[in-house]
Amino acid sequence: MAIDTSNLTTGGALDGKVPQGDLASLWTDHQFDMKLVNPNNKRKFEVIVIGTGLAGASAAATMGELGYNVTVFTFHDSPRRAHSIAAQGGINAAKNYQNDGDSIYRLFYDTVKGGDYCSREANVYRLAEVSLEIIDQAVAQGVPFAREYGGLLANRSFGGAQVSRTFYARGQTGQQLLLGAYQALARQIDAGKVTLHNRTELLDIVVVDGRAVGVVVRDLLTGEITSHSAHAVVLATGGYSNAFYLSTNAMKCNATAIWRAHRRGAYFANPCFTQIHPTAIPPSEEFQSKLTLMSESLRNDGRIWVPREADDGRAPRDIPSDERYYYLEERYPAFGNLVPRDVASRNAKERVDAGYGVGPRENGVYLDFADAIERLGTDAITEKYGNLFEMYERITGEDPYKVPMRIYPAPHYTMGGLWVDYHLMSNVPGLFVIGEANFSDHGANRLGASALMQGLADGYFVLPYTIGNYLAPLLGEPLVDTDHDAFTQVTKDVRGRIDHLLSVGGTRSVDWFHRELGKILWDYCGMSRSEESLKKALSEIPALREEFHSDVRVLGDDASLNESLEKAGRVSDFFELAELMCVDALDRNESCGAHFREEYQTEDGEARRDDEEYRYVAAWESNGVGNAPTLHKEQLEYEHVELVQRSYK
Amino acid sequence: MKLTLHVWRQPGPGDKGRFETYEIDDVSEDMSFLEMLDVLNERLISEGTEPIQFEHDCREGICGSCGMMINGQAHGPQRGTAACQLHMRHYSDGDEITIEPWRSAGFPVIKDLVVDRSAFDRIIEAGGYVSVPTGSAPDANLIPVAKETAERAMDAATCIGCGACVAACPNGAAQLFTAAKVSHLNMLPQGAPERLERVADMVDTMEQFFGSCTNMAECEAACPKGISIDFIAMMNRDYLRAKFQSRR
Repeated sequence: MAIDTSNLTTGGALDGKVPQGDLASLWTDHQFDMKLVNPNNKRKFEVIVIGTGLAGASAAATMGELGYNVTVFTFHDSPRRAHSIAAQGGINAAKNYQNDGDSIYRLFYDTVKGGDYCSREANVYRLAEVSLEIIDQAVAQGVPFAREYGGLLANRSFGGAQVSRTFYARGQTGQQLLLGAYQALARQIDAGKVTLHNRTELLDIVVVDGRAVGVVVRDLLTGEITSHSAHAVVLATGGYSNAFYLSTNAMKCNATAIWRAHRRGAYFANPCFTQIHPTAIPPSEEFQSKLTLMSESLRNDGRIWVPREADDGRAPRDIPSDERYYYLEERYPAFGNLVPRDVASRNAKERVDAGYGVGPRENGVYLDFADAIERLGTDAITEKYGNLFEMYERITGEDPYKVPMRIYPAPHYTMGGLWVDYHLMSNVPGLFVIGEANFSDHGANRLGASALMQGLADGYFVLPYTIGNYLAPLLGEPLVDTDHDAFTQVTKDVRGRIDHLLSVGGTRSVDWFHRELGKILWDYCGMSRSEESLKKALSEIPALREEFHSDVRVLGDDASLNESLEKAGRVSDFFELAELMCVDALDRNESCGAHFREEYQTEDGEARRDDEEYRYVAAWESNGVGNAPTLHKEQLEYEHVELVQRSYK
Repeated sequence: MKLTLHVWRQPGPGDKGRFETYEIDDVSEDMSFLEMLDVLNERLISEGTEPIQFEHDCREGICGSCGMMINGQAHGPQRGTAACQLHMRHYSDGDEITIEPWRSAGFPVIKDLVVDRSAFDRIIEAGGYVSVPTGSAPDANLIPVAKETAERAMDAATCIGCGACVAACPNGAAQLFTAAKVSHLNMLPQGAPERLERVADMVDTMEQFFGSCTNMAECEAACPKGISIDFIAMMNRDYLRAKFQSRR
């Protein structure tokens, strides 16, 4: 049954609990104001962390270091596999090592502007502030960032900024930062402060008297379902753009942890804000399992163009430069190829839709390095981007040193996620959400090289302090026994879902349903949306979901490794989330950042915000599957940044 | 193209495994090797056969999850490539392909092509880190690192922990993995104070799980990141020094 969106109910307003005071010293002052847990008392607290990416591993390591008893769960065989490992380009920090005018305030300003004025000022300022410490910490851990010949750190520039503030380790920055955090975690595991459960998936959280008190998890090898209680639960489980089926996310990325927390009362904020990354390799065929991102850093030296003539069948090298349309350079002279991701993506879509797409399926644009190779030499390009070029060649069979790369936008990072306050706590006390899993710092569009920054900021420098403020008054409070009725009930619910999925015995595989859902979401709630397309999605998703629950085929049993069963649980959550994404997109009658409503655009095709009506975070409360959710608004106040139409011209 | 696959099927760690043969005839050259297995699995599901379990995640050659012996070679025939980045354009119509899990005592089989690589985590826990508490680090530019040193450390640090080195080694040794991890940190000034203790602890832990290195260099040939066995020499040198020093 489709949700009736004509008359959505609005609940109470949300308070982000931003402390009062001067923006520049807000976080420092607040650290003093927060309650502390005496070092000897920290070991009396149990904290559960779900996920071991940048946010989860750094948070668990730091809390272990502080003295808390930390239990970490990852569904991977090792924490080192988390998808943060795949981030290529870099991490921002306002160090101003290049003396090009960077500052904490400028990073703050660029991030708020890049996010199209949809993020909380205080959070973003804090992020920019601790970015300095992140680099110090990572270097001290031995992260081998790129260096200048003098031995000091090198930087490069990224989309949405006019300064060079991005630190990088070849095209493997995420890998190196994750390994740093993982190693810090390994140190605490060895010290006995952190207990790690690998190959274990969170299936639900347990709430007693309105507080998060534990989790129910499943051992992926034995199928055993166990309960764990704690004084606080931290979700660090990443984003959900795999709802689109084809995305740049790893195959196992999912929404289960945050979605099940949502069903237990946590509000889901801005679900429709999905970043579509401009530089992925275009899909080739139906069997395609995922899309591969080519780092945004390539836009530093690569020039993006399409032929000026539609259906130009010539090889790219045969097209003379005056017959090429370098559309970003012409349309946005100030930022050129380094416009933010939403702008670059929409412009690529516009060219392809207009019939100027390149490649065998006419579904891409060129990213051309010929000029850079001529200017800097092949060696310089190899040093900067060699592994990315190699990866492109492996996948497409084409040599990007000789022919331009073909790129097209793909679902990438989700700015939406569980709503959290300034302390990174959700509206359910005791449930903290960090990294991509929360909604907080990127607004409606994330600037490149900021995801790694947020994951580590939350994990190393924010949560370990704010969680103390929550725990301090709970000193002496016993853990809720895992025999408590609430744990029994949640375990029963979880068991029921697994038994149901194994017993449907239908005709179609989980992947088939996932692909179909992905098509609906991409076509109707993708790079651009309209009232009409969203209504269409809202009628098709519930129908397909019902079919899934009556016709899915999951073979095997629950007592050994069973990837189909794991996927079935995740895809069933994607169905419910996809519906909420469309409800949110339909309710936001404006365009902003990654949310582009066709009805709301300027004369030259840019996103047009409606600051009067929509200057708020839309946080949705679940009323059960198939029922209209309740909207809670957190009004966004801008005291430091003036809201203007974004321009990169 | 049409292929004949001989795939190792093993229901669980305690079960006896066997090869099953599958014919597959709709393989496109643009598919990755894992996508080819996806297509086969879709067909198996529709026939009511449990799909082949294999480990995979990022499919971008970086997470290190995937890994299988393809015609006796770790990650297949293309050098410097993880199985997820191997594409079917390297095969021809009518080819027969044998697919097995990593074979090593250090990596027990869990199911089908999935093995347990957690011994690698034990090696890291033994000392594969710099002991630096959060928040106490000096400014990042305070300790210069020569570009060349940073580059060499990065060469070692690119290890994805896939275990191909172990699988390719006739002795089931994990020297290349351990050496990459040891050398990355030992080369940098940040890792220098713990240099000897690190190498001793990590090598001793490694030896609890894996076989001995006899310098066959198969690991280097199989490594999808092209990590050099020079790092093994570096590790051995540090290890000897650590052992001599502890005798004094």
